[in-house]
Amino acid sequence: MSNLVDLVAHNPLLLMEAAVNGLLLGGVLALLALGLNLIFGVLDIVWIVYVDLVMLAMYLVYFLVQVYGWPLWLGALAGVALGTLLGVAVHLLIITPILASPPVNQLLATGGLLFFIQSLATFLWTTDHRSIRLSLPTIEIGGMFVSFARLIAFVLAVLVMIGLYVFLTRTYVGTAIRAVSQDRGAMALMGADPQRIYVVTSAVGGALAGVAAALLSIQYSVHPHFGAAFGPITFMICVLGGLGNMVGAFIASFILSEIISIGGVVWSTEMGYVIAFALFIVLMFVRPGGILARRQ
Amino acid sequence: MLELRAVTAGYGQFTALWDVSLRVAAGEAVAVVGPNGAGKTTLLRVISGVLAPRAGELVFEGRPLGGRPPHEIVAHGIAHVPEGRRLFPGLTVADNLKMGAFLPAARAGFDDSLARVFALFPILAERLRQRAGSLSGGEQQMLAIGRALMSRPRLILFDEPSMGLAPVMVLRLFDLIRRVREEGYTMLIVEQNVRQVLKLADRAYLLEVGRVRIEGRADQLGEQEFVRKAYVGL
Repeated sequence: MSNLVDLVAHNPLLLMEAAVNGLLLGGVLALLALGLNLIFGVLDIVWIVYVDLVMLAMYLVYFLVQVYGWPLWLGALAGVALGTLLGVAVHLLIITPILASPPVNQLLATGGLLFFIQSLATFLWTTDHRSIRLSLPTIEIGGMFVSFARLIAFVLAVLVMIGLYVFLTRTYVGTAIRAVSQDRGAMALMGADPQRIYVVTSAVGGALAGVAAALLSIQYSVHPHFGAAFGPITFMICVLGGLGNMVGAFIASFILSEIISIGGVVWSTEMGYVIAFALFIVLMFVRPGGILARRQ
Repeated sequence: MLELRAVTAGYGQFTALWDVSLRVAAGEAVAVVGPNGAGKTTLLRVISGVLAPRAGELVFEGRPLGGRPPHEIVAHGIAHVPEGRRLFPGLTVADNLKMGAFLPAARAGFDDSLARVFALFPILAERLRQRAGSLSGGEQQMLAIGRALMSRPRLILFDEPSMGLAPVMVLRLFDLIRRVREEGYTMLIVEQNVRQVLKLADRAYLLEVGRVRIEGRADQLGEQEFVRKAYVGL
């Protein structure tokens, strides 16, 4: 605690900088959490493999941009396209055949895919950390230093989330996705083919993974265990926000990213994670339905 | 318009409907009544495509529809007001109505459908931005019916609309259905409240243990001695 007091007293700018960085990180985390939550809301399945799909798309962006010299924006679009395809593929190849099975089997099936993808990535690309070499500046705002890559990623993440919001609230298919997440059977009585809604949802979830991949690849290096680094925090956000609750996931993303970022400056990054996970466990006892859940 | 010929259906080893034949002509209101477990709900599940018949035929406007999935049945012009309403509680009234018009053909006539629903149930126009789950029971009932009308159906199925309602609400519900009826909609109503539904319907079928026991004009059916004793409670 004395560290925190010390920092506030002597170097408030550093703390502000951490808060800003937390906000920027939260944007990309929210994108991941919303994609995972969207799929859970409609299909009642947690795609354990979700962040590993992000990893595959990151490899694609890396290879296209760094090895084949594609412009970054084009590589990013290719990443989004791959994410979309992977989302549809996971649904059609893994989920559809076992849609009627108990949820735990579906969970294990996507978990199995996770290990498959991790091993395949290690086999094909070794455990090397690979990153796109970019010369993006660090910009100074009022004495604070903020990475331009993070700022761009945040702005794009927010734009994509606004797009997602408009899609889910203004279009027929988007509204149907929200409707299915409340009552699967009733939407069929409205004339919507449930299988089609599932595929669209998985495609949108996959596309969000692709966007996240593009935004993460300008900030982080990719390696076969990338999923292990970002997966747990993504699930934590979803559970904290209330599984399937989009607004809750959005808020939880920023709570956790701030804790990690500020904790990282005050103590250490590891300590930031420890505090975040500890808070998560406590909140699970206090509010098991998520932060926005109404008390029964 | 709708015809079932010798339909047999059930679940696993259990047969809930035996050899049921039934007809609804255009412009008619037909009731299916009977005690609990008579197979009324199974009958509607077959018509709406939730359950495939084991034998027999289901024909709507000359097309065989037996065993088609629910979303196709709706596309052919049969709307469903499901048991327990099955609204989307977290969605607004406007979004619930929008989902009723999900099919492309229904979307084209959206404004017209909406005007017709508002003419029938003006209160829904005032509640558009409210979540469906926050409506009163009566308003939810209106929304469930309005949502079905949004698909521009040629036949409306009502599945036990009065189930779980307090007696005073039951009377109001039948008023709502009567209003829809006066608009000229063709309807098939499966209902336990025999007395009320027979007042509203043109013809009725009495189902008992999965078979059609008697059928006939609703007013005559209501006067049959054993029907009065067993179901109407007079």
